[in-house]
Amino acid sequence: MSQTIIKQHIPRDDLLASGHLACPGCAAPIAMNLVLKALGPETMVVLPACCWSIIAGPWPQSSLRVPLFHTAFETGAAVASGIKAGLVSRGDTETTVIAWAGDGGTFDIGLQALSGAAERNEDFIYFCYDNEAYMNTGVQRSSATPWGAWTTTTPTSDPEHQPKKDIMAIMAAHRIPYAATASVAYPVDLVEKVKKARTIRGTRFIHILAPCPPGWKTQNDETIDLARMAVERRIFPLLEVENGGDWRFTVDHPGGSIEEYIRRQARFKHLTDQQIELIQTEVAARWEILSKRVKYGT
Amino acid sequence: MKKVMIGNHAVSWGVLRSRVEVISAYPITPQTQIVEALSDMVADGSLPAQYIKVESEHSAMAACIGASIAGTRTFTATSAQGLALMHEMLHWAAGGRLPVVMANVNRAMAPGWNIWTDQNDSLSQRDTGWIQLYCETNQEVFDTTIQSFKLAEKVNLPVMLVLDAFFLSHTSEPVDVTEQEDVDRFLPRREATFKMDTSDPHAFGALVRPDAYTEMRWHQQEAMREARDVFRQVEDEWEAITGRRYGAVEAYRTEDADLLLVTSGTITSTARTVVDERRAAGEKVGLLKVKMFRPFPTDELRSHLGGVDRVAVLDRNISPGHGGIFAEETRSALYDVPPEDRPILFGYVLGLGGRDVTPGVINDIIDNTRAKNQPEREDLWVGVEL
Repeated sequence: MSQTIIKQHIPRDDLLASGHLACPGCAAPIAMNLVLKALGPETMVVLPACCWSIIAGPWPQSSLRVPLFHTAFETGAAVASGIKAGLVSRGDTETTVIAWAGDGGTFDIGLQALSGAAERNEDFIYFCYDNEAYMNTGVQRSSATPWGAWTTTTPTSDPEHQPKKDIMAIMAAHRIPYAATASVAYPVDLVEKVKKARTIRGTRFIHILAPCPPGWKTQNDETIDLARMAVERRIFPLLEVENGGDWRFTVDHPGGSIEEYIRRQARFKHLTDQQIELIQTEVAARWEILSKRVKYGT
Repeated sequence: MKKVMIGNHAVSWGVLRSRVEVISAYPITPQTQIVEALSDMVADGSLPAQYIKVESEHSAMAACIGASIAGTRTFTATSAQGLALMHEMLHWAAGGRLPVVMANVNRAMAPGWNIWTDQNDSLSQRDTGWIQLYCETNQEVFDTTIQSFKLAEKVNLPVMLVLDAFFLSHTSEPVDVTEQEDVDRFLPRREATFKMDTSDPHAFGALVRPDAYTEMRWHQQEAMREARDVFRQVEDEWEAITGRRYGAVEAYRTEDADLLLVTSGTITSTARTVVDERRAAGEKVGLLKVKMFRPFPTDELRSHLGGVDRVAVLDRNISPGHGGIFAEETRSALYDVPPEDRPILFGYVLGLGGRDVTPGVINDIIDNTRAKNQPEREDLWVGVEL
């Protein structure tokens, strides 16, 4: 993508300061920076326990130039509901409230509060940056961890048994007005989705894949490559779902072998060729399901 | 305006008069009528609040915390299992110095399932950093609800007002409902000391390292200490408007008493009648009602109990492996009383899971306390049939 197009679509001003505490190569601050560029300064962030609890900086500092409320692991959606209600009760209907949670805080411990808020159609944007395990506590499996992956609680002798939970289908089933997937490798697509989400009222959900060099056991400079490959090879398709029924792909997904994506991540290094073939089959099966959703709706 | 109402509705009316801006709640017996009445008040426009009907008590407290950091006056209500589920967020509200107000209807903890009253639910939250105020009558419930907001917002600490299941929550009593303009004078709109504000962005609740964490807790403790004085001022102001005050501790017929009962909640009303009868018979018996459990009114207890021969503490709760909680706290407060003035303390555990505490039970306790030189054990269980 040309620089001109990026300049047209992505605001220049940063609301994320340098000096944040993310690991080198982490996708999470890239995602936050893009999201805040899209939303602008009239934004409030709710941050349940996740890597970002550290990245944001210890008291009395903050790496964000917008108000930030740190909260308990399972409460992102509930606290965001409360802040929004507080603002509305004082007549502020314009400030954007976002919850910013990891996969553990979204797929697992925070799912009840998220489901409750989505069912009530609370007016905030919920972002899940998904690094596919409990990375902040040192790489333990979550229900977002893909089948076959090593984590410290799924050792190579007995790696992850379950496929990744289909969080987009779960959120779509709540019939929320807007849900989307996004990638740090597709910044314009990401920013456009966030800008669109900002114009919609009700619960909006954006799921961002966030490669994690220490947890995925990759090099620091592979993050964007891997994020792009996940999209191209249909492992993490980029899409939008409106009102729970209208599914739409937002970029091309040429497909092809997932072997390089898997082999470049040492969390999968114990997998045999046959097991990688199984993953390929699963990716194809999920793509079929998604394609049907796009074609026929749900 | 006098109205006959149940204790739960006395809370709802207090919330209405306090012009709460955000309510977030989840149903649980025996609290539910509080939030049902509030639903009606919000629906008919008499209380122009945002009402978040959450999917759990944990989220109820989390949403109140969000609304509070947004700068608004917030309220929830719960009981027993619901309060226990909130536990983590009770710490968050207190540590975050957010003046959330909650009504807890005292209900026994399961198992076995029991919807009737005892204090183990609220007392289990002793160390979360919430101010706790125990009420005796529906009038006190109404008054305390309104006072709680003022107290909470002045010291930036959350307040839990507590009422007994059924004996107050579902029992009708006349309540003088203070006029809105009078409450407005007493309790203006909340002006938050700090809040989420895009024109002045800050981070709240971030990682605090060992070099500052202790100081954070120290400030919280200082606020608790300050709350004792502030509560007194709040009561002064309320009394000037309504003529009613209760005190962190109320001394009832304690003059010249050689034996004092220490009570909280509705047991107090029963104990009053027993004290009246015994006084009429010429016996020097009095009563100390403890309304404020946190911050603990240590000085008041020392000054009222010091020099008395015998004290009988009536605990509708039990700290398993120790004793009745008010008794243990009172014992601890009396340690610094000079030995010659230190009373013999009898700690009675009774009324658990809603078992009736009758005048007969309290008379037996007074007789037992007079008859023995020393209690046989630190927890004297009343009426246990094995």
